[in-house]
Amino acid sequence: MSMLASIKQLLGAPPPRKPGLREYTAAARNIHSTKRAITGKKERVAAIKAERDAEPSKKWRNRRWASIIVVNLLFVLSYHFDIQLVEGALTASRVLGFHFADLNSSLQVMLAYKVILINLVIGTTTVLILWWLLGGRTFCSWVCPYHLLSELAEKIHLALARMNIVRDFSLHRGTRTVLYVIFALMALVSGYTVFESISPTGILSRALIYGPGLALLWVAALLVFEIFVTRRAWCRYICPIGLTYGVVGITSPVQVTYNLEECLHEGDCRSVCLVPHALEVTKKGFAKDVDVAIGADCTRCGMCVDICPTSSLNFEVRGLKHLL
Amino acid sequence: MTDKNKPGASSPALSRRQRRDRRTLLRSLAVGVGVVGASVLGFFPVLKEWTKRLRPPGAIAEDEFLSACIKCGQCVQVCPVEAIKLGDLDEGFGVGTPYIHARDQACDFSCDAVQCVLACPTGALSQDISKKEEVRMGVARVARPNACLARLGQGVKGPARGPNFEGRLRYAEISRWHAVKISDHPYDLDLCDLCARVCPIEGAIVVNRVGSGVSLSGYPVVLEKCVGCGVCEMICPADPPAIVIDIRGSWKGEA
Repeated sequence: MSMLASIKQLLGAPPPRKPGLREYTAAARNIHSTKRAITGKKERVAAIKAERDAEPSKKWRNRRWASIIVVNLLFVLSYHFDIQLVEGALTASRVLGFHFADLNSSLQVMLAYKVILINLVIGTTTVLILWWLLGGRTFCSWVCPYHLLSELAEKIHLALARMNIVRDFSLHRGTRTVLYVIFALMALVSGYTVFESISPTGILSRALIYGPGLALLWVAALLVFEIFVTRRAWCRYICPIGLTYGVVGITSPVQVTYNLEECLHEGDCRSVCLVPHALEVTKKGFAKDVDVAIGADCTRCGMCVDICPTSSLNFEVRGLKHLL
Repeated sequence: MTDKNKPGASSPALSRRQRRDRRTLLRSLAVGVGVVGASVLGFFPVLKEWTKRLRPPGAIAEDEFLSACIKCGQCVQVCPVEAIKLGDLDEGFGVGTPYIHARDQACDFSCDAVQCVLACPTGALSQDISKKEEVRMGVARVARPNACLARLGQGVKGPARGPNFEGRLRYAEISRWHAVKISDHPYDLDLCDLCARVCPIEGAIVVNRVGSGVSLSGYPVVLEKCVGCGVCEMICPADPPAIVIDIRGSWKGEA
């Protein structure tokens, strides 16, 4: 996917239409026409049916849940046993004495306070490099404690949806971009870090480390909304932290890539994905090339990698193939 | 949805897809307004000063403090007497910002070097402060003179705040480095002068003794050196305390 397309998608542009014939590479066009042929159709349908019965792997999900729990536990244990490994919370911390600062929290503080703070510059630079290396929105699915709760809420939402009790009222994906600008302007104009008072990431991180409080009611309200109204509303359509890290991930070397060749186009990946618009390329006839990198909005959670029956979606470190 | 059954009932010019898109847009607008609205609610506790808080040493002016604080709690983690707490939802924009409830546990400067200031990554606790004498959190005031034991001519026998009080204080004569529970440190005083006795700042408060024998009494006087740490408010045996901290107040003479 081109960088421009990736950025547009991140900001909320509608997914691209099916490409015209001349837009495919020769190799991709070949594969698409083979798949359209009648021969082998029966086998493809049978393969999809067989795959429906198979239990998908949970490898990446387990690793990811472990990562969220371990990272947040490090903060908690480090404080309670005073081992000073990671001091602070997810908004800002010292890791082995080095300043780390969440990009969005730092932005809010600097816009509100209107002073360039050297410790925050150091902290954000460190964090920026770290998350650029790891894939930008990797923060969301591998560290953010709200993501874990939201995943559980999503399971409940999907179970209720199967029983026809709830249905997903989707939102416009540009909502997040608009809110991002509004929150930045509010910090600048009001002089308060307005977003921080409702950030479930900050609230949960502090609740885990320093003990629970009333602020958890807000987090609970968000989860209830996600269960009964809009699936993954906060992470998908609202959170400015996600957009910030998404921007960091635009040029990140760690990404999920899609390979057209074996794909059955049955759409399981899109059904589990937090950001299904990023997987639009897996629809039949949508991939312009044989190998396509998934865009910056991808949180690198690996759910699609786990569920894909043909291993058409995989983690890749850009450039590593050429080096090895 | 009813409009699915009656195509074009409300607006005949729109296709089904357009109507769906319009609903999505309206829904997104509603959610956006809801989220922004929820965040703006944080203004009220701040503007109305619902919860005026004693901030840790070195805190810059309240408005700037709220904007500069990144709500990470690193100051909480370094405090040896665990005096610093974090604000909750009822404090609006103050959620996650540090404060001290002096009556429960005041800052007694046990750490000497003002650790919370050093821990702060954003300068919300200003590093212009390097020693306790330079701190200005507020100023002590004898708010309830009629409750003051010294003025009533009474002494203190036993623990200042009762046997179950959890607050801690560093007594230099017991340990230079470790704060002990106030309840583990009973007193035997003919005339209460605890506020002056335990004050961590030299020359910030005195109890002037008047008379002798049965007519002996004392008058606590707050002096200009007071930094407003709140140790006097914590130790005061009267309940509610006779001496309190005027948060962010400044010294206005020996009243």
